[in-house]
Amino acid sequence: MRVGIIGIGMTAFRPSTPESSWKELMFEGAARAYADAGVDPRTDVDSFITCSEDYYEGFGIFDEFVPDQLGAVLRPTCTVTGDGLQGLANAFMQIQTGLMDVAVVEAHSKASDILTLDGVIEHALDPIWNKPLGMHPFVIAGLEADAYLRATRTSTKALAAVVSKNRRNGLRNPLAAYGANVDEDQVTRSEERFAPLRTLDVSRPADGCIVLVVASERAARKFHADPVWIRGIGWASDSPSLETRDWVEATYARMAAEMAYRLAKIRRAATAIDFAEIDDRFSYKELQHLEAIGLARKGDAGKCIRKGEYGPEGRLPVNVSGGSIGCGNVFEATGLHRAAEVALQLRGDAGSRQLDGVKVGVAQAWRFVPSATGAVAVLGVGQ
Amino acid sequence: MTKVGVVGAGMTLFRRRLQETPKELCYEAAKMALDSAGLTLADVDMVVSGSAPDAFDGVHMKGEYFLDGCGGYRKPYTRVFTGGGTGVFSTIAGWWHVASGLADVVLVVNEEKMSSCQPHPQSVFAHIWDPILDRPLKPNLIWIFAMEMNRYMTVHKVRKEDIALVAVKNKRNAVDHPCAQLADPNITVDDVLNSEVLAWPVQRLDISPPSDGAAAVVLASEDFIRKRRIRDRAWISGVGWAIDSTMWTDRDLYFPEYVARAAKMAYKMAKIDDPRRQIDFAEPYDPFDYKELHHLEGLLLAKKGEAPILTREGVTQRDGKLPVCPSGGLLGVGNPIAATLGMKIGELFWQLTGQAGGRQIPHEVRTGVSQAWGDLMQYGCVVVMKA
Repeated sequence: MRVGIIGIGMTAFRPSTPESSWKELMFEGAARAYADAGVDPRTDVDSFITCSEDYYEGFGIFDEFVPDQLGAVLRPTCTVTGDGLQGLANAFMQIQTGLMDVAVVEAHSKASDILTLDGVIEHALDPIWNKPLGMHPFVIAGLEADAYLRATRTSTKALAAVVSKNRRNGLRNPLAAYGANVDEDQVTRSEERFAPLRTLDVSRPADGCIVLVVASERAARKFHADPVWIRGIGWASDSPSLETRDWVEATYARMAAEMAYRLAKIRRAATAIDFAEIDDRFSYKELQHLEAIGLARKGDAGKCIRKGEYGPEGRLPVNVSGGSIGCGNVFEATGLHRAAEVALQLRGDAGSRQLDGVKVGVAQAWRFVPSATGAVAVLGVGQ
Repeated sequence: MTKVGVVGAGMTLFRRRLQETPKELCYEAAKMALDSAGLTLADVDMVVSGSAPDAFDGVHMKGEYFLDGCGGYRKPYTRVFTGGGTGVFSTIAGWWHVASGLADVVLVVNEEKMSSCQPHPQSVFAHIWDPILDRPLKPNLIWIFAMEMNRYMTVHKVRKEDIALVAVKNKRNAVDHPCAQLADPNITVDDVLNSEVLAWPVQRLDISPPSDGAAAVVLASEDFIRKRRIRDRAWISGVGWAIDSTMWTDRDLYFPEYVARAAKMAYKMAKIDDPRRQIDFAEPYDPFDYKELHHLEGLLLAKKGEAPILTREGVTQRDGKLPVCPSGGLLGVGNPIAATLGMKIGELFWQLTGQAGGRQIPHEVRTGVSQAWGDLMQYGCVVVMKA
């Protein structure tokens, strides 16, 4: 059975949204998605999935606070404590069982409500082995960036090229929070934070909400939708402990991509995929992830970015949306944002950043520091 | 839709404080479930975990933290979370992993370690309220459940003695459960009625204890079960779940409409049109004694207000016509929130495959229903299983 995205709703991404509560952000994203799909949540939607983590939300049980603003009261609703793409995978499976025809996936960030964001992330470290070291959790990203750069002989100039490209791409995305004309020198001159990472290598938090309406082929026909098909989806986890995971290759991304490509019947990703939205919450992650999911050969991503191959006019446009560096880090909503962006491009609704003639795109996300979990979705239009 | 069966189950000891870390608890339960199914981790395609508030274990993204204990290392792994409903909900999520055709074998592991929350896990429940409307009143869980219990007693003119019978039954049933924390073969109604009043009408022995523990089940597709000639299996024939409004103050608390919606969804899928006649035994969620009665009515196994009468008449005893919580439930075995999977889905599996030992229902049972309840008195999830 084919499953497709028939509705997309997004709020703008902004460093803070003092005028809206998290409920209002969710309402806006949902209202936009339902209008886009032409569905009434109270009668047409069979299942609702929210992707969130308690500590990011500041609640003991955040699942309590989702039904009203989504139109999900007295309906099947649940929380997937994971990235939005994992939520999308669960919606995909629910529809594949035949029990559901239409499912809604929601993810958001209200990071500006968090007074101690670094402390929250630090709380995810192993309480016995790692947390007592007292390090800032982004030290893990710094160590991993160092391991990746050394093993692949990639220059830090490649990281600066990622930042410059994504900040500039953000200027053409009206929803992006951090679009700016940043050149590579500005990146390499910015303050060193988690060596080899500098201030501008690290994406900054943003608030925002994304809602997707997902439907079976039969239901999509009923709503006269022209769906963006979920051709394949995959998710995987490497070791949660820092001591035993792979620090060079993003194994979770490789395994998730293998699963997604298998479902999508893609043999050679590098030729089958027209463009990609890749998790770049630290600049090196874009390159590491591109290699892990088979869109660049090992150690080549750094060279390709410096040749401009990943720019909007390049061979493989990457993060035309601006990515997390250009749009902002929206935490668990990251993957859903990327899927929404790929879907907009495939529908031809990406405005001034629209790519020409794209048919197949990939969205990839990671669950951020200190996790080694990620997901990949292959989306496509037409037969 | 691929047919899905439960082929193994395991659970750890439930205790107020256990020495094991969350990872270790997950490992113990997962290993036990795989061993009971005669499978190894290599047979498992995907892993689903369930756990309630991160703040109990004291780890942000705790699903990531204990994923290796659950067997999720280098596998597709997801954690789901629906408050107290997680005890049954993770099996529903596991069900769709297999029923969709994406996986043949899924390991479902639920864990909760409440003792790391100092001085008492109740302090986590201070953070489950609406920050503007509820929190300034400094509510705690016991007093909102006291309001719900009071409303139920008032509407149906239920006597406290009849509700106390549930606690007595379940704590006695738990005597035969090897993991039980608060089993008591000699408990009487008077003991419950004379226990400390916490928030009237809730008394100490009306409540299940906070606990540490983990439980796991293995789900497999019909094809896999046939190919591997697995004999001990119970089929998942219906699943349902529903959430009610966050605004609990706007609802009449005497009847759990969200449980009824979830039950109707599960019964429709299981082709059950007369639950009273077609269901042989039940494992409703019983963190408080009145909740068992409340949920039996929500599950449409008793008419509104009838559950206390059935209890008084002995219908819900292990050897009664409709055994309810033959495991000993949360009241007897303990309440490590998500790990109650062991008494809900685990007990259905053990009863339906004749492996419940001293807890085995003396007459033949073919169909069982389990249910969990969560969030702010708003979440119901239901699983129907058949032999």
